[in-house]
Amino acid sequence: MIEIKGVRKSFGDNEVIKGIDLTINKGEVFCLIGASGSGKSTLLQCINGLESIQGGQILVDGHDVHDKRTNINELRQKLGLVFQQYNAFPHLTAIDNVALAPRIVKKMRRSDALALARQHLEYVGLGDKMHLKPKSLSGGQQQRLAIARALAMQPTYMLFDEITSALDPELVGEVLDTIRKLKESGLTIIMVTHDIAFARESADRVAFFDRGKICEIGDARQVISQPREERTRQFLQRVLQ
Amino acid sequence: MFDYQFYWSMVWSKFPDLLDGAYLSIQITAISIVLGLLIAMPLAIWRHSGRGGPLGALAATWVELARNTPALFQIYMAYFGLGALGLHLSSYAALLIAITFNNAGYLTETLRGGMAAVAPQQTAAARSLGMTGFQSFIHVVFPQLFVIVFFPFVNQINWALLNTSLGMMIGLRELTGATQAAQAESFRTFEFFIVAAALYYLISKLISAGAHLAAWRLFKD
Amino acid sequence: MVINITPYSGLQWSDFWYVLDGAWRTVMLTIVSGAAGTLIGLVLGWARENSVILRYGLALYVDVTRSVPLIIQFILVNSVFSIFGLPLTPLEVGLLTLSLYMGVQTSELVRAGIRSVPEQLQKAARSLGMNYWQVQTHITAPLAIRTIFPSWIGTLIGLTKDTALVSVVGYIELLRAAQIVINRSNETLLILIGVGVFYFIICYPVSLYGRRLERRLAHD
Repeated sequence: MIEIKGVRKSFGDNEVIKGIDLTINKGEVFCLIGASGSGKSTLLQCINGLESIQGGQILVDGHDVHDKRTNINELRQKLGLVFQQYNAFPHLTAIDNVALAPRIVKKMRRSDALALARQHLEYVGLGDKMHLKPKSLSGGQQQRLAIARALAMQPTYMLFDEITSALDPELVGEVLDTIRKLKESGLTIIMVTHDIAFARESADRVAFFDRGKICEIGDARQVISQPREERTRQFLQRVLQ
Repeated sequence: MFDYQFYWSMVWSKFPDLLDGAYLSIQITAISIVLGLLIAMPLAIWRHSGRGGPLGALAATWVELARNTPALFQIYMAYFGLGALGLHLSSYAALLIAITFNNAGYLTETLRGGMAAVAPQQTAAARSLGMTGFQSFIHVVFPQLFVIVFFPFVNQINWALLNTSLGMMIGLRELTGATQAAQAESFRTFEFFIVAAALYYLISKLISAGAHLAAWRLFKD
Repeated sequence: MVINITPYSGLQWSDFWYVLDGAWRTVMLTIVSGAAGTLIGLVLGWARENSVILRYGLALYVDVTRSVPLIIQFILVNSVFSIFGLPLTPLEVGLLTLSLYMGVQTSELVRAGIRSVPEQLQKAARSLGMNYWQVQTHITAPLAIRTIFPSWIGTLIGLTKDTALVSVVGYIELLRAAQIVINRSNETLLILIGVGVFYFIICYPVSLYGRRLERRLAHD
């Protein structure tokens, strides 16, 4: 379970998260929607400690992410984060990309790590591209590579940061198929997305972010089809044009 | 261990000589840069579009010789080498010619890189509008080229300044040579050359400052 | 009686060996100060990128080294050590000065290389649970080196040419050896051109290789 209590975050003088309270339960698919700059992506990076917070607390399975005594590298193994820009390591082949962290962080033997990598690449449908470097892969393939890489660490929670925003429309489908597979496997998924249709179809709960605060939160179908708040309605109307 | 006495007064008494030397260094730098640039422009064009033929080969040879042999070697060739062929140049002329040769080689590459960076579509667009090759170069390519090569060009000026110090090796009293001559009587090597170093640093900073000022005024958008 | 006195003794075999020895010294200077300088540069560059104090503290030193002619640096190093009562041999002065010079040049390349690694990649690596050193070793270093290497080759070529200046403190490398032989034998053009060819043969292929690398890098 991930508990976010009263979290505030600023970049210099600019406060982007103005007090968020949220609990994410094991096994649920939770989507964050909202306008660009409303703080959603920043929140994800606060959850895994890449960004600091100026107020409040984030607890992952009871561990305080921002406490200096917490072993953040160990905690990050439970949290898989996939970025909008894929960030595949350009100097490594696909299989080496996936095997690197298991090898050096989990101290797996090289052969075990490669077998694990192969397994995960096949899971996301890149089994035949294992020995290619990222530059030879399409955007959608690189994104799936990034997903496989995060999954190989066997996290309990997967955080997706607008992973379809940088893709051409034709490539979005293959990535979303992978997410659906993950959902079926019981992984807890937190997803920041612009894709309202996907959120309506696959999410359990949805939260609408507006200017640094949660404006509305609830069951996915209800929030999207029958929003209670006016601002939510306005946002959805604009986006669903 | 440290019983050395610094005699700065010696340096100040010879300071006018150092300034004369500095003036000579700056002079040679300026002339060699201008001449080098003038030579580099056609060379760069021949290398960029020509690609083959005698002109392209001439340009390629010039560039590779300038960049793959020491500047001091080029200076010796101008001073001693030409001398052996009967053409006896003064150390001033030899240094000037050698550094011009050197500048031309490096600047050709700089210009060529800049030309390659200005997209060929620009020239295509200009020609499609009916401009001649020359017109498209002057009005479309050159302005963009100028911005790209500006700071590399300033770098080359500093490079040329550093190379003028080699004039000492052929007896020219530019700044380094003048310093060497000035300290010969008193053997206050350290004091004299520290001052010379400071002068070089100062001149180089002035060049950079001038460049930034020019850039600010020229590239104001 | 006619006495034929020629001031020039003509080219002899011993001259050839003398110049060849000078060539060997040039190569040796390049290799030793190249290696030492690269090491210094790697440490200095990495340190300056990761420490604000060093970045600004050493900025003046780096700036001065790049703005003052190498000849003067040789002379100053020589005289500084004399002043302190620890006179160095010409070879030592040459190696020290060239190594420091190469170190400063390399450190600037290293800094640029480190900065060229996108921060996003380091974030991704940290998200996977890697610690700081693992990120530096497995992500930053390999990618930085790919950027640094072609430019470093260019700097090394520059170093080869700069060895010609060591003669100002009395160490006889190739160009000075050639000059000495020329003075005695008056075979100016032959020897001078031969020396030029030597430098060219060392530098040109290496610079071609460097350029090829740079093109391949641009393709990645």
